[in-house]
Amino acid sequence: MPSTITPINTERDKKRHLDDHEGGHGRRPPTDKRTGGGGDNDNWNDRPQGRRGPREKLSRARLGLFFALAGDLMFFVAIVSAFFVAQNSSHIDVYNRYVNQWLPTAIPPILWLNTAVLILSSVTMEVARRSMFRETDVMDEWLGIGKPLTRRVLPWLVATTALGLLFLAGQAVAWHQLNIQHVFFSSNPSSHFFYLITYTHAIHLFLGIGALIAALTALYASRLLETRQILIDCTAWYWHAMGLFWIFLFALLAFFQ
Amino acid sequence: MTHLFSTDHRTIGRQYLTLALIAVITGTLLSLLMRTHLVWPSWKLPLHGSILPEDYLSLVTLHGTIMLFFVLTTAPQSGFGNLILPSQIGAQHMAFPRLNAFSFWLTALAFAVLLSSPFVYEGAAISGWTAYPPLSAIPSAGPGQGLGMDLWLASIAIFSIASTINSINTLVTIIRLRCKGMTWDRLPLTVWGWFTAALLSVLAFSVLLAALLLLFCDRHAGTAFFIPPGDQVSGVIHAAGHPGNGSPLLWLHLFWFFGHPEVYIAILPGMGLTSMVLANFSRRPVVAYRLMIATTLAIGVLGILLWGHHMFVAGLNPFASTAFSITTLVIALPASAKVLSWIATIWRSRPHYTTAMLFSLGFVSLFITGGLSGPILAQPILDEYLHNTFFVVAHFHLIMAMAGVFSLFAATYYWFPLISRGRLLSERLGRWHFWLTLYGAYNTFFPMHFTGLAGEPRHYAQLTQIPNAAGHLLAATLPLNLHITTSAFILAASQLIFLVNLVRSFRHGEATPANPWQATTLEWYPCFNLPTEPLMAHRPPCQYIVTASGDESFLPQWIEDASVDIKSIKRE
Ligand SMILES: [Cu+2]
Repeated sequence: MPSTITPINTERDKKRHLDDHEGGHGRRPPTDKRTGGGGDNDNWNDRPQGRRGPREKLSRARLGLFFALAGDLMFFVAIVSAFFVAQNSSHIDVYNRYVNQWLPTAIPPILWLNTAVLILSSVTMEVARRSMFRETDVMDEWLGIGKPLTRRVLPWLVATTALGLLFLAGQAVAWHQLNIQHVFFSSNPSSHFFYLITYTHAIHLFLGIGALIAALTALYASRLLETRQILIDCTAWYWHAMGLFWIFLFALLAFFQ
Repeated sequence: MTHLFSTDHRTIGRQYLTLALIAVITGTLLSLLMRTHLVWPSWKLPLHGSILPEDYLSLVTLHGTIMLFFVLTTAPQSGFGNLILPSQIGAQHMAFPRLNAFSFWLTALAFAVLLSSPFVYEGAAISGWTAYPPLSAIPSAGPGQGLGMDLWLASIAIFSIASTINSINTLVTIIRLRCKGMTWDRLPLTVWGWFTAALLSVLAFSVLLAALLLLFCDRHAGTAFFIPPGDQVSGVIHAAGHPGNGSPLLWLHLFWFFGHPEVYIAILPGMGLTSMVLANFSRRPVVAYRLMIATTLAIGVLGILLWGHHMFVAGLNPFASTAFSITTLVIALPASAKVLSWIATIWRSRPHYTTAMLFSLGFVSLFITGGLSGPILAQPILDEYLHNTFFVVAHFHLIMAMAGVFSLFAATYYWFPLISRGRLLSERLGRWHFWLTLYGAYNTFFPMHFTGLAGEPRHYAQLTQIPNAAGHLLAATLPLNLHITTSAFILAASQLIFLVNLVRSFRHGEATPANPWQATTLEWYPCFNLPTEPLMAHRPPCQYIVTASGDESFLPQWIEDASVDIKSIKRE
């Protein structure tokens, strides 16, 4: 069976099983839950458990990615917390003056353009991701009738990669513009954070572009449809997350300096 | 080679445990050097000479780092987690086998990088496992803050990534790969321990990674996240090239946001194991099973809300101190609930005192003795006096190091047939090992409460030749310190019994039937290879029957037809 056909309703509705204990709606009827394990009417076994079935590997990989992104979110949360601490800290100098060395970094206007490019790339990525699961194409691909999936997905993946690279190039321009104004990484507390945030985010995007290239390669190299779907699906969620992170980080840099 | 880079979860589990064993031996030897130096400061280390203060501090740092990361995090969470967890939930493998192997080799790399740090110019890091700035943020601050510190940072960064990957694997395995019938409330408590610990790892280790990155920038990129303005070290102003109002306190917040959950990452799987082992050898169900699940989760949640109790003396808003003090005291509630459940489980049963059971009882005992000083230290005003003394060393060595290690020993004795494919550790040697270890543990770490109360400071290389009243106070602790050092040697020496037992039993250990302890959880399914057909869980774990005449039998999770109804075997 192809691993990609839309699951039937009972399967999709994983928490509720259609069986004689319940109609698939609402709560379980108040039967004795402890009938003795394995015996008649033992509905212990109907409780949610590790799921099996189509898309099992996909949902596993996706879940793993979401936990990784939760961790990654904490990474940025930590850096943003440090941002606010540094912004609001000060000291009293030898002349008894109150000194706060935070000099807000004026963000280069090109960042607005970059942000737009990144949002656009998220759109192209989502088109690619959805195309990967188009049922008729999946069926054709699985039966070995041509390569409709590859044909449909490839341009969008390439577009995403190009837009991603464009974003990174735009960031490089922004760093260059700041350098011309003599705002360097070590210039002042605000610029520390400007560079730190944009650099770490750029590294994340580099990883994302690596994943995109892997997905592109897999479109041709991998014979398993499932592998291709997993790669593109997970890359897409990662890419969206980086877009979302960027919007928050950009808002922080643009409006909360 | 195929074996070395295996993706089989049992092999990877064994590899993690081997790494942890090497680490624990290294860490123990380092601690013996420290103890020796404390009581005989003039003793010269062969091939090295006298132990200078910076050498002593690097011993403290290496010992702490190795034990915390490569023993107490690696062995329970990654080692036994990989070895046992999939079988225990009826899965054939971990969710991402190749990623699993990758995270093991990253951990090994992190350990290698850490071990290389003493051999570089300027020597190993000396900032303790907490690496407090500003000293750690300034490479030129003195010996041990140069390249050794960078290697320390690199090692811990690699370890953070490895540990996060491993935890993601654990979480997905538990959520997605449970066998049929293995519902959330039938999961063995060990699995709940691993689950909560993995959640904590995913959330906490990335914060540590961010902190390490900021510290690295301070050291090499001219930033001042943690370096205060005008910072002077030995009369030299080091903050000159670093603009800004950096604050070492920021590091403390970020570090302890990771550092405290780390304590629970180390101990939660051990708590779960203790519940299961006590129930098994008492032939009783775990008392308040669902409450034990809830307390595990509650400890996890509270565990990330109380990092500030490490900062009472570092300078914290007094209101924040109160808040952290309260959250710390509140965690005593789920912890006490656990202790009550352990006691209630063995209460008036007829326990089988196997070595695994003894070590679990030892765990409970150490958890209580070590835990009792927790609420004392949780109060800012008491912590003010005790914080930088050996009282704290006593507290965390009893509850974390010793309780943690006891749960590891219990796990080893209990699961050894699964590690060695059907051989048991010698129970006779095990008993010697247990009693000597218990003696050594209490005599080494309990007296530290008293030297701490007498004012013995932590991290001091030398207690003698200090002038004035302080010197008098410390001189009074010397006899007790001698006792501590002697006990530490006894404690370390008794581990040789364990090593002998391990080595001998792998080859010549008593061959055992497939389920020697009459355990009820799925990893004991009666065959030492992976079961060929998918398993199914038919009931919660820890179901036992003891009739009035003293006959015992047990209902494993994998047996379908139980002639006895569970209702009739509820506690009489
Ligand atoms: Cu703590």
